[in-house]
Amino acid sequence: MRVEVTSVPFDPWAVVGDHQAAQLTGGSYGATAVFIGTMRDFNAGDTVRAMTLEHYPGMTERYLERISRSAAERWDILDSLIVHRVGVLRPDDPIVLTAVWSAHRAAAFDACRYLMEELKSRAPFWKKEALDGGGRWVQANTPG
Amino acid sequence: MEVNVKYFASLRERMGRSGETVRVTAGETVGQIWHRVARGDPPPENLLMAVNMEYADLDSPVGEGDEVAFFPPVTGG
Repeated sequence: MRVEVTSVPFDPWAVVGDHQAAQLTGGSYGATAVFIGTMRDFNAGDTVRAMTLEHYPGMTERYLERISRSAAERWDILDSLIVHRVGVLRPDDPIVLTAVWSAHRAAAFDACRYLMEELKSRAPFWKKEALDGGGRWVQANTPG
Repeated sequence: MEVNVKYFASLRERMGRSGETVRVTAGETVGQIWHRVARGDPPPENLLMAVNMEYADLDSPVGEGDEVAFFPPVTGG
């Protein structure tokens, strides 16, 4: 299980591959579920030029570790990985990655969804959009 | 005793500062700290708060040296 909050742009596909090669034993897992959230160039009818993501250093990591442990208790999974960007992002930049490895697909799908929904609803991150008319804080996440 | 108060995101902009040290008396709650730092403004409807990096509520007690954070609804992911 690993969580990382990074101000450096990342390639989620490479991160998944590297983590799998370093942390998992080939033959032990039969299912890998991956979710990647990517920055759009539109929101609420407006063109978004850039976005600044802020977090609460310490609490955010602690919260992500907690939901990772919780997922491991609730489902029969082998490993999980969460990576989340902070700082200034541009459209098409990856924002978040959640990945779960398990023997069978149900646990991987369910735990991956759980990690994303818990992250979206409670992990202390905040987005501020750069629009043509100035900055705008995102008020709330969409339900799904 | 003293507690360290932090503000994040739109609330930090609204407060005009990222944090401050607040002197409180034993037994005070998060809500009483909010009342003090906001100079009487009621807490925003969706205000979130944490004590020592754990989610808390307005009734949560605080102790010497605690870190109390106030922030708006989260929008990560």
